[in-house]
Amino acid sequence: MVLAMHAPDGFLNPGTAVVTAVISMVVVGFSLRQARAQLSERAIPLAGIAAAFVFAAQMFNFPVASGTTGHLLGGALVAILLGPSVGTVVVTIVVVVQALVFADGGLTALGYNVLNMAVVTSYGGYAVFRLLRKVFPSTTGGVVGATGLAAWASVVMAAVAFSIEWLFGATAPIPFDQVFTAMVGVHSLIGIGEALVSAIAVGAVLAARPDLVFGARDLDRAQLEESRLPRTRTFVIGGVLVALLFATVVSQFAVDNPDGLEAVAVDKGFIDSGSDSAMAGSIFADYATEGISNETVSLAVAGIVGTIVTLAVAGGIFLALRERRGRSPAPV
Amino acid sequence: MGAGHAHALYVHEHSPFHRLVPEVKIAAAVGMITCVAITPRQEVWAFALYAVIVMVLITISRVSPLFVLARLAAVAPFVVFALFIPFIGTGDTTTLWGIELSIDGLWATWNIIIKAVLGASISIVLTATTEVPDIIRGLGVLRVPALFTSIATFMIRYLELITEELGRMRVAMTARGYDPRWLYQARPIATSAGAMFVRSYERGERIHSAMLARGFTGEMPIFDRRRAGPVEWASAALLVSVFAVVALLAFTTS
Repeated sequence: MVLAMHAPDGFLNPGTAVVTAVISMVVVGFSLRQARAQLSERAIPLAGIAAAFVFAAQMFNFPVASGTTGHLLGGALVAILLGPSVGTVVVTIVVVVQALVFADGGLTALGYNVLNMAVVTSYGGYAVFRLLRKVFPSTTGGVVGATGLAAWASVVMAAVAFSIEWLFGATAPIPFDQVFTAMVGVHSLIGIGEALVSAIAVGAVLAARPDLVFGARDLDRAQLEESRLPRTRTFVIGGVLVALLFATVVSQFAVDNPDGLEAVAVDKGFIDSGSDSAMAGSIFADYATEGISNETVSLAVAGIVGTIVTLAVAGGIFLALRERRGRSPAPV
Repeated sequence: MGAGHAHALYVHEHSPFHRLVPEVKIAAAVGMITCVAITPRQEVWAFALYAVIVMVLITISRVSPLFVLARLAAVAPFVVFALFIPFIGTGDTTTLWGIELSIDGLWATWNIIIKAVLGASISIVLTATTEVPDIIRGLGVLRVPALFTSIATFMIRYLELITEELGRMRVAMTARGYDPRWLYQARPIATSAGAMFVRSYERGERIHSAMLARGFTGEMPIFDRRRAGPVEWASAALLVSVFAVVALLAFTTS
């Protein structure tokens, strides 16, 4: 968690910082317009209070294991409660204020910090949520379950996004597949806490004010009242199983393939030429020293997961657009 | 509670930096940090120069160096990560006290730590000398959309309140003998987060009604205040250009 968030200045190379800053600015600019359209003149107080809520929730520690604690990131949670555009705006403001007012996270690192923590978690998490809502029953349990899995996926997607940025902007000679395996592995565990707390929080909001859950506006009150929440323990066990399964699959993918490719590289006799290519001074120096075999696999892995995450984020943005059009103005 | 975000880093003092108009300070900080971030890592002298200038800035700002050091704790996780790099990094290695270390990895460690520390120090000087509403107003002058700055202002205004409210919930739980240690016991904390969201949202609605009653039309009013003069912009430009010259020299010698 610590590595994906609040990265300091110079953690990734300048090119990556600039490109992610441009992407973040475009998406956040779009989200601001969407948020204004969705909330009209209520946008300022409501999104402001929601941002304060996310900020406070990030300080509120929950137990993880034997005295250690974790805290919520909240991107997917706010996206499900308030919609992905408002969610992105809210978490972006939290991240920017943390950097500018609390010196937490670098000012020149805002591009990738906002992209990973706000854009990917909100839009990506919301897209996963909507996808799961199609599969799960239209009940409280369905919404709560979809929230949990979407919150878990949002944390993992943030880790994936960071790993891919590392592929292009690494400042240290650690190959992409190692960073990817470590980041995704650690975050698929951290994600369990995020999933649990987000799911139960949405369950609590559904019980008190179901009209406040953006992602469950289609449910009618009668359905909500008769269904009950799943138990906490069911969640934890389910979450651990999914995370372990995922981590196993990912580690196989990331660790076994380079070995296979390295064998090919040795056969072809170019593994030596690959590992000698040190180009000190260039921005991409560290990346290039990884050698050919890693680079190829890295690009393949990055390409595939990158596409999935981008699709999810794009899907979230698309959903945000479509739902705006089909929505009548909310009562004040 | 917990992570120590609840209070802004502002230090009440009277220094030239405290008097400087916020947008000038923000622009200067971003400019300086950008120069630091793009400087090639092997030019150690450049970073030494930056460090000296940053120390001068800290002295001028009348912020205690100990305060800056304490606030640098925010970059600690990344420093820990950076310290691991030489052990797991690839490429040529060197042997130090019988341990094989990646040379490239050692450079990476240096690069991450020095840039993180310099960047964070400059940010800390900015936040220690500028009150929070001024930072947000400065962002507005720097063309950040008004909706964004208005929401941020609201967030900051109600942050303390909501944090306190969450803290009170936690105290209430503890007072009733609830001390969870494992994740599967986290339900009451998660439900209080949900309850907190509902309360916050309803508070937002109340605030909105109150604002409408006072003639709110969707835009926050902008009050007259001191704008930066050419002298202030020039002094900021001078500061940034010192950093830029060092960065440029570092590029030419690398």
